[in-house]
Amino acid sequence: MITVALDKCADDPRPFIEAAAPSHPSLIDAEHRVADLYRIVNVPTGVWINEHGRIARPSDVAFGNDTFKDMHGIESGPHLNALRAWVTNGTLPFDAGTLKDLQRLPTPDEQSARTEFALAWYLHQTGKSEAAERHFVRAGELAPHDFTIRRGSMPIRGLDPMGPPFFEMYTQWADAGKPYYEPLTTRKES
Amino acid sequence: MGDTFTLIDEGRISSITATVSNDRVRLAPDALKAALGWELKPQGLCKDDRCVPIGRHADRVNANGADLAAVAELLGRPLAIDLPERVACLGASAAQRAAQLASLEAPDFTLPDLSGKLHKLSDYRGKKVLLVAYASW
Repeated sequence: MITVALDKCADDPRPFIEAAAPSHPSLIDAEHRVADLYRIVNVPTGVWINEHGRIARPSDVAFGNDTFKDMHGIESGPHLNALRAWVTNGTLPFDAGTLKDLQRLPTPDEQSARTEFALAWYLHQTGKSEAAERHFVRAGELAPHDFTIRRGSMPIRGLDPMGPPFFEMYTQWADAGKPYYEPLTTRKES
Repeated sequence: MGDTFTLIDEGRISSITATVSNDRVRLAPDALKAALGWELKPQGLCKDDRCVPIGRHADRVNANGADLAAVAELLGRPLAIDLPERVACLGASAAQRAAQLASLEAPDFTLPDLSGKLHKLSDYRGKKVLLVAYASW
């Protein structure tokens, strides 16, 4: 396992990492490089990568437990069971053709949003917070349901990621049908 | 003549000279090459063995300089600009990212852990990897 924290600095996830004391690599991705490369729009997201460096299961909602199940309605069990089957005997939940059909690929607006976010992050880091704000806002307009951009930018902008700005975003996202909380396996069955 | 301008190409930061006027950023050909690696040649905008025809952008991308927005459009890449702060960022196109993901070859990356030690995904070849993105927020 490799975990990647989409946080603005190492100190944000540090208490969680130190408490868990993981034996696996636990990495920090302030620039959202992995989110960009793997089209990750919310957390937690899991990607399975096989021994040959190939994607065996693309970016998908991946809860490790049921702590917040009442909020999002996704059980962790099916994903964890599928993961165990893959690790122990190589069983995959779908073949390569189905996998490609289920894969969600980035749109031009999503990539524009990531570019606005990258500019905002640079401006923030160089002390231009007012200019940064313009581009964080623009990024959120381009990708209104991307939590890594909208919620992820809140701590950088001095906004409470559990406060009113988040609930405004959450309401918009819920009204849109909760994109992202739709496991690939469910998509296959639907 | 010109302004000092910062251009970020997928994380690579260059400080160049550019002319900013009428909401446009114009780069001299040598600045374009220095910051992005693309060079104006008779066959178009070229980098390594690739060339993109200039076509309808000839008035904005020529030997006198290159309009940054036109260059981004020619390369099919998203561009974010902050004119007051003289900074722009070129991102990866949806087509490029989609092609990479659709190939199922896991994109490689290198990131630090808490101690600053760098880890590269491809160093874990030979093992199954569950890559999990999470956040404190």
